[in-house]
Amino acid sequence: MRFSLLAVLVSFATPAFGQGQVNVYNWSDYIDPVQLKDFGKQTGIKVNYTTYDSNEILDAKLKSGQSGYDIVVPTASPFFVRQIAAKLYQPLDKLRLRNYQNLDADTMALLGKYDADNRYGIPWMWGTIGIGYNATEIRKRMNNAPVDSLRMIFDPATVSRFTDCGVMILDSATDVLPAALKYLYLDPDSKKPEDLAKAAKVVDAVRPYIRKFHSSEYINALAGGDICLAFGYSGDILQAKDRAAAAPEKRVINYNVPNEGAMVWMDVAAIPKGAPNIDNAYRFLDFMLDPKVAAASSTLTNYANGNAAATPLLAKSMSGNKSIYPNADARSHFYTITAGNAAEVRERTRLWTAIKTGQ
Amino acid sequence: MSSKTSLRAVIAVPYAWLAVFFLLPFALVLAIALGTNDPDSVPPVALGFSLENFARLFTDKLYVAAWLSSLRIAAVSTLGCLLLGYPMAYAIARATPARRPLLLMLVVLPFWTSFLIRVYAWIGLLSENGMLNQFLRWSGLSDHPGTILGTEWAVHLGIIYAYLPFMVLPLYATLEKLDVSLLEAASDLGAKPIAAFLTVTLPLSLPGIVAGCLLVFIPAVGEFVIPDLLGGTRTLMIGKVLWDEFFTNSDWPLASAVAICLLVLLVGPIALFQRQQAKSLERAE
Repeated sequence: MRFSLLAVLVSFATPAFGQGQVNVYNWSDYIDPVQLKDFGKQTGIKVNYTTYDSNEILDAKLKSGQSGYDIVVPTASPFFVRQIAAKLYQPLDKLRLRNYQNLDADTMALLGKYDADNRYGIPWMWGTIGIGYNATEIRKRMNNAPVDSLRMIFDPATVSRFTDCGVMILDSATDVLPAALKYLYLDPDSKKPEDLAKAAKVVDAVRPYIRKFHSSEYINALAGGDICLAFGYSGDILQAKDRAAAAPEKRVINYNVPNEGAMVWMDVAAIPKGAPNIDNAYRFLDFMLDPKVAAASSTLTNYANGNAAATPLLAKSMSGNKSIYPNADARSHFYTITAGNAAEVRERTRLWTAIKTGQ
Repeated sequence: MSSKTSLRAVIAVPYAWLAVFFLLPFALVLAIALGTNDPDSVPPVALGFSLENFARLFTDKLYVAAWLSSLRIAAVSTLGCLLLGYPMAYAIARATPARRPLLLMLVVLPFWTSFLIRVYAWIGLLSENGMLNQFLRWSGLSDHPGTILGTEWAVHLGIIYAYLPFMVLPLYATLEKLDVSLLEAASDLGAKPIAAFLTVTLPLSLPGIVAGCLLVFIPAVGEFVIPDLLGGTRTLMIGKVLWDEFFTNSDWPLASAVAICLLVLLVGPIALFQRQQAKSLERAE
């Protein structure tokens, strides 16, 4: 049910409404600024572009009622799925998007797991969850380390060799438990308590060798040499790689997509219900679907985009980089997971807390 | 306007402030806590009158464990602040009046930098390749120093560092007002400095100690940022549990129930304590 007093009190600053504008709420540094300026010039639409740096902030704003945004870009899992369930978005009229056919069919199919028939969202940037490591430190401790396998993280005999140089894992039940299921060759999307218990056992067995479960600290820690192994987001690890290469120590950080199969993360552009400038929202989505814009933004962010027509426009160093654009074989093992109902979400979170804290 | 009505008007302002910004939000949080989780609506709450959320807090041992662990961490950190803050406040209060503003300024100075940046700075100090370990290796004091970052010690350090000014300022306020002639009298009557401190200074500065401890202890119990950044995975704190309920499970009612319990369990004993204090002060007068 709705109760508007709460909505009013909880809602935060709301952008101004009016004609000739579009209110875009996006991650920082996520659209090429030159292209963004051009959009404003060509269409005469004033773009109110505001940014956030965590899904939680966006989630809280949308859930507390009228946000006033026309375009938002949440991460597919677990946020966008849950927001669809809460009926926060309006279905897209694809006929209004001239550039819709540019989208990559495989990416759309992966996204379809969260958003049946791609009714509500279009994929913007995506990446994988995999293994980041300091090549020198790993080789010192294990010559033939299985750096492209989940054994690196989930096999106690392997991961224990790297305890002294530091291992970090994402603090995220929705990212790590499916990977542990994959490691066991079970369905990563399984919600069966007995399967999840097996996955929990896997993580529990390696916990003594993990310095910390955290969802962002590993970027600096890998780059600065405080850890030598991380299970995290491709984009973050590539960022650590760049930073490490620029530092005087010249640490070599690599990212590998696990060959057992990688979970795909994806950020999705969608139109919230009650968006004040629908027409302009569609024009902006069409702008995001323009291959030029997607390619320029990928170059800026180092992430792959969901736009098939943009791939030829990318530099070879990007489209040919298999940690950004994995080859067809790796792609065939990609997976995504469904959200689960409230009870399943609670169970999973509880299980995760139990793994981390022993409580 | 008579002075009485103007006095009332002046008092009305803070009361109105409290009503609008404390009581009203509290009522809303209570209303949500009594509702049930409804993830498919906006906001994700079905109003009602259900004590199920509160019952859950006592059936799953997680919440009580998190609560106790938060209390323990806050208590240790408060003690640390007191042991460090008391000599500081004492020294400032005994400094020449001309120098005091400068010393107080130094206590407040860290507030001019973002809290988050200051906590991040501790990561740089305490991490495996941080400045502390670099120094230990360079000086030859230890070849394989352990890592403090990611342990409960780091959380204590962080809280003590961040909250120290809240301990020093109220202590300074009471110590500064302390009549020095009382100490002279104690000394004239044969009390050694330590005895004079324990029987005169310490009891008279008790209000400052209580105020400082409350100012540190209460926010430290609900602290989220410091344990998240400096603590390890095993550090269980109620702030993190609340975060998980709100954002990971998007269960606003249960999160609200946790918040209400936190408030009641903190405010209850403190209100009682304050009343005891007020009574004993009256008796003393």
